[in-house]
Amino acid sequence: MSDQQPAMSRRDLLRGTAMLIGTIAAGSVLAELAPTRVWALELSHLSAQEGTTIVAFGKVLYPHRTLDTAVYALLAKDLDAKAADPAVAAQLAAGIAALDSAAGGNFAAANDDAKLRAVKSLAGTPFFATVRGQCITSLYNNEMAFAHFGYPGSSWQKGGYIRRGFDDLTWLPNPPQTASPAPYLN
Amino acid sequence: MAAPFDLNDDSVVVIVGSGAGGGTLANELTQKGVNVVLLEAGKRESSLTFVQDEWASFGQLAWLDNRTTSGSWQVAKDFPNLPAWICKTVGGTTTHWAGASLRFQPHEFAARTTYGDIAGASLMDWPITLAELEPYYDRAEAKMGVTRTNGNPGLPGNNNFKVLYTGATKLGYERVSTGHMAINSEPRDKRSSCLQMGFCFQGCKSGAKWSTLYTEIPRAEATGRLDLRPQSFVLNIETNAKGKVSGVVYVDADGKQQRQKARVVAVAATSIETPRLLLNSANGKFPDGLANSSGQVGRNYMRHMTGSVYAIFGHEVHMFRGTTMAGIVQDEARHDTSRGFAGGYEMETISLGLPFFAAFLDPGAWGSDFTHFVDNYTSVAGMWLVGEDLPRETNRVTLNTDVKDQHGLPVPNVHYDDSPNDIAMRNHAFERGEAIYLAAGATKTFRTPPYPSTHNMGTSRMSADPAKGVVNAHGQTHDVPNLFVSDGSQYTTSAAENPTLTIVTLAIRQADFIADAMSKQLV
Repeated sequence: MSDQQPAMSRRDLLRGTAMLIGTIAAGSVLAELAPTRVWALELSHLSAQEGTTIVAFGKVLYPHRTLDTAVYALLAKDLDAKAADPAVAAQLAAGIAALDSAAGGNFAAANDDAKLRAVKSLAGTPFFATVRGQCITSLYNNEMAFAHFGYPGSSWQKGGYIRRGFDDLTWLPNPPQTASPAPYLN
Repeated sequence: MAAPFDLNDDSVVVIVGSGAGGGTLANELTQKGVNVVLLEAGKRESSLTFVQDEWASFGQLAWLDNRTTSGSWQVAKDFPNLPAWICKTVGGTTTHWAGASLRFQPHEFAARTTYGDIAGASLMDWPITLAELEPYYDRAEAKMGVTRTNGNPGLPGNNNFKVLYTGATKLGYERVSTGHMAINSEPRDKRSSCLQMGFCFQGCKSGAKWSTLYTEIPRAEATGRLDLRPQSFVLNIETNAKGKVSGVVYVDADGKQQRQKARVVAVAATSIETPRLLLNSANGKFPDGLANSSGQVGRNYMRHMTGSVYAIFGHEVHMFRGTTMAGIVQDEARHDTSRGFAGGYEMETISLGLPFFAAFLDPGAWGSDFTHFVDNYTSVAGMWLVGEDLPRETNRVTLNTDVKDQHGLPVPNVHYDDSPNDIAMRNHAFERGEAIYLAAGATKTFRTPPYPSTHNMGTSRMSADPAKGVVNAHGQTHDVPNLFVSDGSQYTTSAAENPTLTIVTLAIRQADFIADAMSKQLV
């Protein structure tokens, strides 16, 4: 998952490819995962405006008030990669245009109510299904999301949780030993 | 050392599938001196190669060949090409299972007698009783190291269990504990004790959870009588002029077709692939598929009544820490029609990592109700509901001739309609599950629809009457004496309990039968 960090090089900037750029909020748990707080994402198939619209669409579909935009940018990254397939590219371009149109011209710049109305108007379309389905893996299967939502992922490297709090809940009484015996700790 | 047997060696028993049924049967037979060729469609992994990354593990272990679905069950809508969450790997779904090991209740072997005539249900009594199976259950529990049997202590409950225990006992439930699990609570059988890693579904990296991958199969190999061939997908079973099976045709790891001769063939490929293989083996003598004179092959597919309840609490839970199925409430497993349905159900803790929580909490959902649950991920507790579903002739696995797999064979279509009994039981279970969490202080609860089927039963059911089923009480097909079914496909009815222990039990019993029949030249 380490390669999912948006990355930028000087060469990319000079080449003039479409870019999405953002800054991880100060104090975010994500700051320690990234080399710098500034992130940038190069797009190969989507335009910068299309990428911005996709990010805004993702935020309406799966609104997490404090989840950094850097995570939503992964949605644009993954869909951009899928847009290497011309059929997907065409579906995304048409869907983004429909979103813009439904929101009065510019989806990303519309207010929250207009955005929600536009998204609802496209529910059930193949474009909607493509983006919504992609959200599930793009938004929730990466280290930044793990850190944000408090899921540590793989645990065997640390010996599991037998000595790290698998039964540390103290706001309820402990079950009796007959129901839940003590752990084996060699 | 593993024994290589010649493709033309017609003295071997060929077993298709290396999971709970096939892997156990292979070991039991080789221990008795029988030579076995074990064909497994998947690759051989190990505790070292398992990955604690839900999607990556899914790609490593799950059976992802295309399948189709139909019927009123919600899985057909949410996961149209993934009716079942089972494995294609050496060890089969024993790599992925959670370890719950419960014996059937006596009445569950006599479902027709106990439940009576229920409209739409093809209920039938098993041709065996609990009393007949008990010695084999004993052997299965000893082999698997089931907790609270054979002197094995129970497992310690994790945080998720504490929540379940508190709520359940507040409601007056009495049969609440960390249950019977085939997970080592202490070092045992040259395997470690459970380290509470929380990735039971992804293959146990400590080997504490029983799997044929690192118990039955290496023991069978050590006899010198097992030839395990991974990445070997069986296309069809062949028969001879006498109407007996003579061997199998399979695609090997290099993509080449091979023909392995056999004295006996045992199919243990899940309730989806087992009937598919029998149907795909139709020939001039068996035009409707092998062992299908009854027309019952593929019928009575069962997948258990299931659903999950997740709930948010005002405090941290960290349900992902520790065993996935950490405890159980068994009070509702009884048969009591005053609740409005036949049969019973279990409530067992479950947890999903963040990636699968997002994927399975409410498939297809979006918006702030959904994200509210994800925002509170560390304060969520979860339970899985699993109960008896009633067999229906029309719930069935058929060949979908419109869709072909990578070998050019028709893919299986899995058709399932929820019956009124399933729906009534699910609603009752959802209500009780939510009540448990509310009693423990939940601020919000959610009813999660069924996941792709992890419990797959029926489709080659046991019957005393050859006209009403596919196999007899030993899993021997009624039509072909040297052809056996050795997995959950044999189930006459589903019972409420997680199926693996009974599949292992039946395989041990079947091995005794096959070895005896071979020694007496009966097969």
